[in-house]
Amino acid sequence: MDFQLSREHQLLATTLKDFAENEVRPLARETDEKEAFPVSTVEKMARFGMMGIPFPKDFGGAGGDNLGYIMAVEALSKVCGTTGVILSAHTSLCAAPIYEFGTDEQKRRLLPDLASGKKIGAFGLTEPNAGTDAAGQQTAAVLSGDKYILTGSKIFITNAGYADVYIVFAMTDRSKGTRGISAFIVEKGMPGFSIGKKEEKMGIRGSSTCELIFENVEVPVSNLLGREGGGFGLAMKTLDGGRIGIGAQALGLAQGAIDETVKYVKERKQFGKTIGSFQNTQFQLADMQARTDAARLLVYRAACLKDAKQPYSTEAAMAKLFASETAMAVTTMAVQLHGGYGYTREYPVERMMRDAKITEIYEGTSEVQKMVISAAVLK
Amino acid sequence: MKIIVCIKQVPDTTEVKINPTTGTLIREGVPSIINPDDKSGLEAALVLKEQQGAHVTVLSMGPPQADLALREALAMGADQAILLSDRAFGGADTWATSSTLAAAIRKLEWDLIICGRQAIDGDTAQVGPQIAEHLQVPHVSYVTELQVGEKAIEVKRKFEDGWQRLRVQFPCLITTLKDMNQARYMSMAGIYEAYKREVKVWGLADIDVDQANIGLKGSPTRVKASYTKGTRSAGKVYEVDPRDGARIIVESLKEKFII
Repeated sequence: MDFQLSREHQLLATTLKDFAENEVRPLARETDEKEAFPVSTVEKMARFGMMGIPFPKDFGGAGGDNLGYIMAVEALSKVCGTTGVILSAHTSLCAAPIYEFGTDEQKRRLLPDLASGKKIGAFGLTEPNAGTDAAGQQTAAVLSGDKYILTGSKIFITNAGYADVYIVFAMTDRSKGTRGISAFIVEKGMPGFSIGKKEEKMGIRGSSTCELIFENVEVPVSNLLGREGGGFGLAMKTLDGGRIGIGAQALGLAQGAIDETVKYVKERKQFGKTIGSFQNTQFQLADMQARTDAARLLVYRAACLKDAKQPYSTEAAMAKLFASETAMAVTTMAVQLHGGYGYTREYPVERMMRDAKITEIYEGTSEVQKMVISAAVLK
Repeated sequence: MKIIVCIKQVPDTTEVKINPTTGTLIREGVPSIINPDDKSGLEAALVLKEQQGAHVTVLSMGPPQADLALREALAMGADQAILLSDRAFGGADTWATSSTLAAAIRKLEWDLIICGRQAIDGDTAQVGPQIAEHLQVPHVSYVTELQVGEKAIEVKRKFEDGWQRLRVQFPCLITTLKDMNQARYMSMAGIYEAYKREVKVWGLADIDVDQANIGLKGSPTRVKASYTKGTRSAGKVYEVDPRDGARIIVESLKEKFII
């Protein structure tokens, strides 16, 4: 077992850190306060190949791996949780399932634009009555000639409105339950496809989270992803990968909050001493860093297993569960160590705390992760 | 067009901390970077490559660890990388460094050589112009803008109080300033390829150079002493408002004939 990053990954870490500090950090506060999707940042990320890190060069990717990709999510999230989730949803939830489950024709047609960042991706599974119970899909698709007619709606869709390509799940045969769900590639501009209400959120406020509306959208058969009826399995496998991305986002938020706190406690003086010289501060920081390092090892392990083409579903669930709960705990402690200032918008830790909460909820709540993990433990 | 960019790996001085008791730099754990003036020179070469096509070679003299700076240059988009590394080259001053680099450059085909103005760890600004002298080609230092024509390059040369526009024929050498552009990030694809590509390592046996002009023995510069500049007298503390503070500063500077 070797806990060293490879030379490539070390090189990657330096450039990701520079990019995050120079291009992302200066916009993070405004992105949050104005609920502004960071369009120009995403363009810059695309220019350096960040939108397609784990995909082969033949498909417009960087020819890299999942470890490199989640390091990018981590580095971005350290300074801006919004930017981190944009990359995660795009890569894990849209480009990855096309790469893993798409036909050759679909890959050639769609991946180069996604991997190069010319197009942004999104994923639509959740509905008002189908959250954790994803099998309760109401959106329906009916085959008519060489098209499926899609009707229904989705909610809480990350990147909605800014995305060009959406992986959308719909019932093709309600009598079969989860085996009657299929996955479709819906593209921006298809008649009848529109973006509905935008959510106002507690955190990751620059990320666009909207409703998707399908009114008799004609989706060509060539846009069926995987086989008819195979959508549920495809969604679950896609979310396994997505959880590593969200774990990395949580990890970045936790480390970012620690870094801010370290700066603060070295400067802030009370009772004539820096608060970093008090043992309470020191012990809290020790706990924060130890938990965050443990989360990093779990997240990196899951990514390395995926890269090695080994089963990683349980490991991804553990990584997401532990990293997101760590992010929530660590950012809360960071606000506490900042005292009253930590509660103000002047310091970024309050934003990080708000951003952290969602990591315990989306792409499978902590409770769902525990179901996945315990099922493997009790097998 | 063939361009050679000379780069130096230097400690990132923005990350250097000073030992409070000895007053010396703490070098351990300080990351190494491509010297900023050199990095902008590389960026200028890569822009030329994109705009009109060019083959860009990066050349560095240094210890084996300087390999990292060359990998970074490859990941930014350079076509070829050469590291001049040999114990015989060690301890070189600017004369020995420029002699060694010039000897390596003689083995290569090129139209334009780009060097950074100066390194942040030495600040001499001598190596670039010296290379040009060794090679008997014209050079322009302190370049902030450039445009390449068919046979010549037009540059804007910046001084503290003005600038010149100059046209210089190929083959020639320029030295660049870091403010001329913002160097690009390594591309993700470039990073994943960086260690699959070759960094050629040339030693003494690979270049034709007079051994009297290389390494410590070939370095005429002698450092007689180095010291930390101390304060000459205790400072005075005034507790006044900013307006009075400014007046006191100006007056005392005038008293000392500084302004």
